[in-house]
Amino acid sequence: MDAFLLQILNGLDKGSAYALIALGLTLIFGTLGVVNFAHGALFMIGAFCAVTLNAILGLSHQVTDPERTDFLGNPLQVDVPYVYDIFGESAGAWILDWSVPLAILLAIPVMLVIGIVMERGLIRHFYKRPHADQILVTFGLAIVLQEIIKAFYGANPIPTPAPDALRGSVDFGAWLGLQAGSVIYPVWRLVYFFFAGIIIAGVFAFLQFTTFGMVVRAGMADRETVGLLGIDIDRRFTLMFGLAAIVAGLAGVMYTPILSPNYHMGMDFLVLSFVVVVVGGMGSLPGAVAAGFLLGILQSFASMNAVKSLLPGIDQIIIYLVAIVILLTRPRGLLGRKGVMEE
Amino acid sequence: MSRHFTRRGVLRTGAVAAGGLALPTYLRAQESGYTNAPQGDTVVLGFNVPQTGAYADEGADELRAFELAVEHLNGEGDGGMLNTFSNKNLDGTGILGKRVEYVTGDTQTKSDIARASAQSMIQRDGAIMISGGSSSGPAVAVQALCQEAGVIFMAGLTHSNDTTGKDKKANGFRHFFNAYMSGAALGPVLTQAYGEGRRAYHLTADYTWGWTQQASIEAAMGSIGNWEMVENVLTPVGAGDFSSYIAPVLNSGADILVLNHYGGDMVNSLTQAVQFGLRDRQVNGHDFQIVVPLYSELMAAGAGEAIKGVYGSMNWNWQLQDAGSQAFTRSFGEKFGFPPSNAAHTCYVQTLLYADAVARAGTFNPCGVVEALEGRDTPGSLEGIDSESNTGFLFDGLGNGQTLYRAADHQCFKDVLVMKGAEAPTSAYDTLEIVEVTPTAQVWYEPDNPMFEGGDLGECNPGA
Repeated sequence: MDAFLLQILNGLDKGSAYALIALGLTLIFGTLGVVNFAHGALFMIGAFCAVTLNAILGLSHQVTDPERTDFLGNPLQVDVPYVYDIFGESAGAWILDWSVPLAILLAIPVMLVIGIVMERGLIRHFYKRPHADQILVTFGLAIVLQEIIKAFYGANPIPTPAPDALRGSVDFGAWLGLQAGSVIYPVWRLVYFFFAGIIIAGVFAFLQFTTFGMVVRAGMADRETVGLLGIDIDRRFTLMFGLAAIVAGLAGVMYTPILSPNYHMGMDFLVLSFVVVVVGGMGSLPGAVAAGFLLGILQSFASMNAVKSLLPGIDQIIIYLVAIVILLTRPRGLLGRKGVMEE
Repeated sequence: MSRHFTRRGVLRTGAVAAGGLALPTYLRAQESGYTNAPQGDTVVLGFNVPQTGAYADEGADELRAFELAVEHLNGEGDGGMLNTFSNKNLDGTGILGKRVEYVTGDTQTKSDIARASAQSMIQRDGAIMISGGSSSGPAVAVQALCQEAGVIFMAGLTHSNDTTGKDKKANGFRHFFNAYMSGAALGPVLTQAYGEGRRAYHLTADYTWGWTQQASIEAAMGSIGNWEMVENVLTPVGAGDFSSYIAPVLNSGADILVLNHYGGDMVNSLTQAVQFGLRDRQVNGHDFQIVVPLYSELMAAGAGEAIKGVYGSMNWNWQLQDAGSQAFTRSFGEKFGFPPSNAAHTCYVQTLLYADAVARAGTFNPCGVVEALEGRDTPGSLEGIDSESNTGFLFDGLGNGQTLYRAADHQCFKDVLVMKGAEAPTSAYDTLEIVEVTPTAQVWYEPDNPMFEGGDLGECNPGA
């Protein structure tokens, strides 16, 4: 029971990340009809927004400490962040501590601009080209973005810890009346799960309850008719690309305390997120979210020792196995609509 | 007798000549009797390091060390460890009077790509020695290639027992320590720190290095500390999120977690284990502890606060106070602005050891170099170790005290460092502190140790 509960909890945070990335992928596919392989790179860039803000806030000047020496025997130069000078030591330390949540404020405009530039500058030239061309160009773009990040930040993972107050773990076992200490879960992963829930609810509410969202949904259903009504649907779809970029970026920002960001983290998530989209049903937003959580939890279960001892290596292939089974039994995915990706 | 040229004859002769010139250099080496015999007044070394991929930063540090070693060999800079090396054959005039040049390759930490890039440096650039690397998979692959091609392989960072165990080759040499030595060094320290009879849970990277390290640590802790292994779970390399492997540790009854991970995997698994509150737990009446048997400074910096108080081992560290270590740290630090990593150290030392062996052999012929590195001209032995296999090339002054390149398997035997995450680091470079310098005698093993059996050094291959 304990192990069961733990793996469900574990699957939730991974599933949250899959769901957020798959949601963005589906938004782009549903509106623009583009299979965006650069979407993982957007997740990675979001994570590096947190790294960048952390680095900016950490900008410092050096003060010589004559009592200590560096590795060459010279007096030690101690770094003092400028935020300490500007806001005082305690406020400065607080700002540095909370840099990951604060990075959300940086990531929203940055990701919006990157999304719009990407769509206007490159991807719109590929709308009428076959999906294979779109995949190639977006995959190429992902590699370019990755290499740019690596050139700036190096190849090693960069630790970006959660705020001190959210760093510990909670004892679910004690909460649920099980044995204390049997089900421990990091606080930040709970935060991530709730954060993902809010973002997903926000995107659905935006599409469901705003005029803009209504027009976008109409455009997704019948682009031509909406265009004939005198609505500039292209501009709205560009903004949707920006929105999808923001969702991926925020997923990345908040994931940094779970996984120290490195330049190829996006690629690791991208492939799985595509499987999630296919399993959920191409073009189906609820399908993407449901499949994200489902596959996250299944992957978690497959990593249990009891399962692995029965089926060695199952943790590596479970997602693809499930994808095959679902596509054989439901070729359009869990919640896929008729006519999507079907000539 | 009249000589006259026909168009066909000229074409045929021209084609044969062009074909001959286009042959890879190593096929033209017949006259010298070995592959890539240096022509003119220069000699080319090939440095094969990860320049892209997850270990690119470590590769960059290795390249810095190689650059420094070449500078020192050519008489530039302050000479670094040439001044402290017990052998005095290197005087800053290159190797055997030939100026040292180098080419670099990118292993991407993938065995097939590492092989291809080494092959290209041997065939196209005429490299006579290949060195570098940051992982055992590529090291074993490149070592086998160098054996076939007839050049010397001076391994970089490779810690699997197999490199000088079942996959050892006559043309290959390893200065870096190995998984067995980590276990032998950590055993007594961990037993003293955490007590006997502990129950350990292993998470192990699923490739040659992970397997041999896990087996080494399990064996050492079992025999020295009477530790019991609860479970060994193999994890895929580059898994990213290890939470689903860490969660089962909570209820496994284990009170120690051993992370047989390296690089980014180590950073992630350690950070996540700490996030899951493992180090705050009490199990079986003990404080739960985490052990990372192989440390690297670059990765320790990546793990941030999670590393505090965690034990591990290293081949070398810039904080060592001997003259050799200090000379190298000063040269490196003044040139690049930060202290060298232990990957950089082993690469620098390997380059010097190769140059010295060539100088002693009086030839670049790989078989001569092998003889010199095996110490056949002046066999030496480590003090205090009574063993028939205690013979090889003995040297000092390169940072680990007295060191033996053992003739039997081409493995260096020297002191090993037990490290611990520092409680109050002053910069990204002193996140680890030295707990103990474990003497060579404690990490010594015989060549027929079961963990190293199955391989055959074979004969040296000069190529050509």
